[in-house]
Amino acid sequence: MAKKQLVHIKVNGRDREAMVEPRLLLVHFIREVLELTGTHVGCDTTHCGACTVVLDGKTVKSCTLFAVQADGSELLTVEGLMKDGKLHPLQEGFKEEHGLQCGFCTPGMLMSSYALLQKNNKPNEEDIRWGISGNLCRCTGYQNIVKAVQYAAGKMAQGGTR
Amino acid sequence: MIAKTSAEVGGMGHSLKRKEDLRFIRGKGNYVDDVNLPNMVYGHLVRSPYAHARLKSINIEKAKALPGVLAVITGEDLAKANLAWMPTLFFDKQMVLATGKVLFQSQEVAFVVAEDRYTAADAAELVDVEYEELPVLVDPHKSLDPSSPILRDDREQKSNHIFHWEVGDKQATDKAFQGADVKARVDAVFQRCHPAPLETCGCVADHNPATGRLTIYLTSQAPHAHRTLFALVGGIPENNIRVISPDIGGGFGNKVPIYPGYVCAVVASLTLGRPVKWIESRSENLQSTGFARDYHMTAELAASKDGKIQALRVKTLADHGAFNAAAQPTKFPAGLFSVCTGAYDYPSAFCEVDGVYTNKAPGGIAYRCSFRVTEAAYLIERAVDVLAQELKIDPADLRRKNFIAPSKFPYKSALGWTYDSGNYEPAMKLALDKVGYAELRKEQEEKRQKGELMGIGISSFVEIVGAGPSHTFDIAGIKMFDSCEIRIHPTGKGICRMGTKSQGQGHETTYAQIVAQELGIPAADITVEEGDTDTAPYGLGTYASRSTPVSGAATAMAARKIREKAKKIAAHLLECSEADLEWEPGKFFVKGTPSKTKTIQEIAFAAYTNHPQGMEAGLEAVDYYDPPNLTFPFGTYVCVVDIDKGTGEVKVRRFVAVDDCGNIINPMIVDGQVHGGLTEGLGIAFMQLIDYDENGNVQGGSFMDYLLPTAVETPHWETDKTCTPSPHHPFGAKGVGESPNVGSPAAFVNAVVDALSHLGVKHIDMPITPWKVWTILKEKGVVS
Repeated sequence: MAKKQLVHIKVNGRDREAMVEPRLLLVHFIREVLELTGTHVGCDTTHCGACTVVLDGKTVKSCTLFAVQADGSELLTVEGLMKDGKLHPLQEGFKEEHGLQCGFCTPGMLMSSYALLQKNNKPNEEDIRWGISGNLCRCTGYQNIVKAVQYAAGKMAQGGTR
Repeated sequence: MIAKTSAEVGGMGHSLKRKEDLRFIRGKGNYVDDVNLPNMVYGHLVRSPYAHARLKSINIEKAKALPGVLAVITGEDLAKANLAWMPTLFFDKQMVLATGKVLFQSQEVAFVVAEDRYTAADAAELVDVEYEELPVLVDPHKSLDPSSPILRDDREQKSNHIFHWEVGDKQATDKAFQGADVKARVDAVFQRCHPAPLETCGCVADHNPATGRLTIYLTSQAPHAHRTLFALVGGIPENNIRVISPDIGGGFGNKVPIYPGYVCAVVASLTLGRPVKWIESRSENLQSTGFARDYHMTAELAASKDGKIQALRVKTLADHGAFNAAAQPTKFPAGLFSVCTGAYDYPSAFCEVDGVYTNKAPGGIAYRCSFRVTEAAYLIERAVDVLAQELKIDPADLRRKNFIAPSKFPYKSALGWTYDSGNYEPAMKLALDKVGYAELRKEQEEKRQKGELMGIGISSFVEIVGAGPSHTFDIAGIKMFDSCEIRIHPTGKGICRMGTKSQGQGHETTYAQIVAQELGIPAADITVEEGDTDTAPYGLGTYASRSTPVSGAATAMAARKIREKAKKIAAHLLECSEADLEWEPGKFFVKGTPSKTKTIQEIAFAAYTNHPQGMEAGLEAVDYYDPPNLTFPFGTYVCVVDIDKGTGEVKVRRFVAVDDCGNIINPMIVDGQVHGGLTEGLGIAFMQLIDYDENGNVQGGSFMDYLLPTAVETPHWETDKTCTPSPHHPFGAKGVGESPNVGSPAAFVNAVVDALSHLGVKHIDMPITPWKVWTILKEKGVVS
């Protein structure tokens, strides 16, 4: 076993650090060291997007990064979307528009949609479909996810939240 | 008609938002891999790189010597406990860990347990297995060749033949063919594919040596049946086993069987006295757990000149891989494939199926499918299109001419099923009107003049779901009833526990709506709990679209039992006779005196505080529902495609899906199910294939090459409904989860073939890749 290294990451606004093996995947750091199990693992080839998190403002598939590579970064996971006890408009949208069924892809979908809306606050259907094209969903057929993101975009335009 | 409750009550017909969403959108779901127990350790499987090989030796010393490794279990170890093999769900057995030889690539060979995930994976690499390669059998058509190797030397029968099954009147069918004006034939392969739910399979086995209890957190669509099987196979007293199926990240049939990894984790936990987690990777999931389909089918239709179908003849070769691990009712080796007569009325049919072994992963499971109905619906809907082509009749007209008339229901099909209800023509008309069929045909004609390729595909499918009546249906001997237990608490809120298990279907919402409908208690006040065998009543689980037809019926029946008791309590409270009472959702009142009322909440309180002398306290009921028949949902799907001649790429321009699933509990959820099933159908039609090379190397063994639709390939689905209630179901529902996956593949393929039919193309096997289309265009001289 290689020598453990100190990793310091700001996760959902909180400073977290731990000694980890250099080969520890970021997703396992999130799930097993930080015990934030909202981020999921659905494949082993970086295709499914269930492990998507936002790292320094950009979406990454946390199964394809070592925790040590995220040292010094800011990380947002699904658990960090709520603010002041209130659901993020995207979370609300997914519920209102039936944008989830089994819920396994949902955290990754939320994070990809979050990053999309940061870049483009008025996405059309095609923008959204491309924006979530790195995330597989086996249940919804994506249609209601598109509606959920549109719902959130509308809500954010009105309320100006985040 | 179902009476409409208020929005506050939220009974049937309301698009209630889902209760389960609140945890999922916060990342607070609890899937099996989220279960973390004190002292938990991790298992990892060593798998065979070869498809067929003799095991010469397994050296585990290096693996065992790695710090952190706790155990390495081999087939020989399991053999000592008589667990090297386990029964499958269909009269066969399969190896848990290989002894003697391996029969498919990625077969389980050893199980390594270590203090953490990474060490377990490292140690698995250090297990040194020596193999001697054997000749590999990949092509099921060669399974019965005398020159092919016999794969299963453990069986008495020295052949690769598993079963022959036939149904129908062969003589009458052959006779109809002899005299027929027109015969149409299609040879269609429904390719091997995999359900690939986004969460893979896994478990945490936790044997507590102090109490003797074994708790298994399991990705299970059928937790109760799995508990019984663990008891029967493992010899553990059933009261000492608790199966907990927590949140499940999609199932689609993949999570019905018991897999070797589960058994290994249980054995390891029994050995070590510590909780053992085993979670398979996606590649392991695709390469070793239940595949679906792999049916090599021929259908022939006999018809009169004017297009009246007279008979159907079907011959099918079923590739089951190395072990027959089909998960289906025991009386049906080919599942419900004999519903392949479809939506059409003709007197004669004959269907035969032969199952064979090959060096491939074992199966086949019912992928979003009621036991081979997907293969059946695809076959008949393809065959009808080929007949239309033969007769030069519009495929919609041919269907209309042959639909079973509404007056003929209940309808006994030529292969013996009694269809409960149906009204096929209006569903097709609605779909054709919605898509603008006549205009599309005109457009197609014009495009053909210009050399452009577009096609319109129709599929008027019939489903068969809700297994099933106990006289005919069982899984591994356990009858296919299902159950519901309702307890109403003193304050009028309640809990409802089920024998089924949601994997995303929204049960926590829909079952509550059934209770709301029947008792007038707001759905918000009913908690639905499934998946814990210590608390829920026994049931066979969720697959084959059986939750609403069977457990949904049990919910209504249990609620009605509660209403009966509530009536007695109301009579006591209102000091009148039961005969004087009338019910409207949520309350009893005295006939003619509506002011004399007791709400269900008041009655619930009285059930614990002021119940009549001589009556048991409490307000609860349990129902084990044995359906009198299956239900037969149906619909018509119309697909419009455009084909890019340069690349062979097929673009789905429009897709109209008209479903008839009887009375609907939650329209929002039904639409969601339809969207999802159509998307899986799209994947099957155009992308999904688990293929093998001649050495038995799996070619679709990861998401690198087992392609699934993303949001970009997926079109915008257009949905609509007709409503023909089931006459025998307590609230006229039929079930819908699988219809879109059952009905859609034929619509996609029919559309592509229709686009190319003027070139003489009659059939293309799935998945229809751009390369396949481009190759056809090249052969036909459309592109150079």
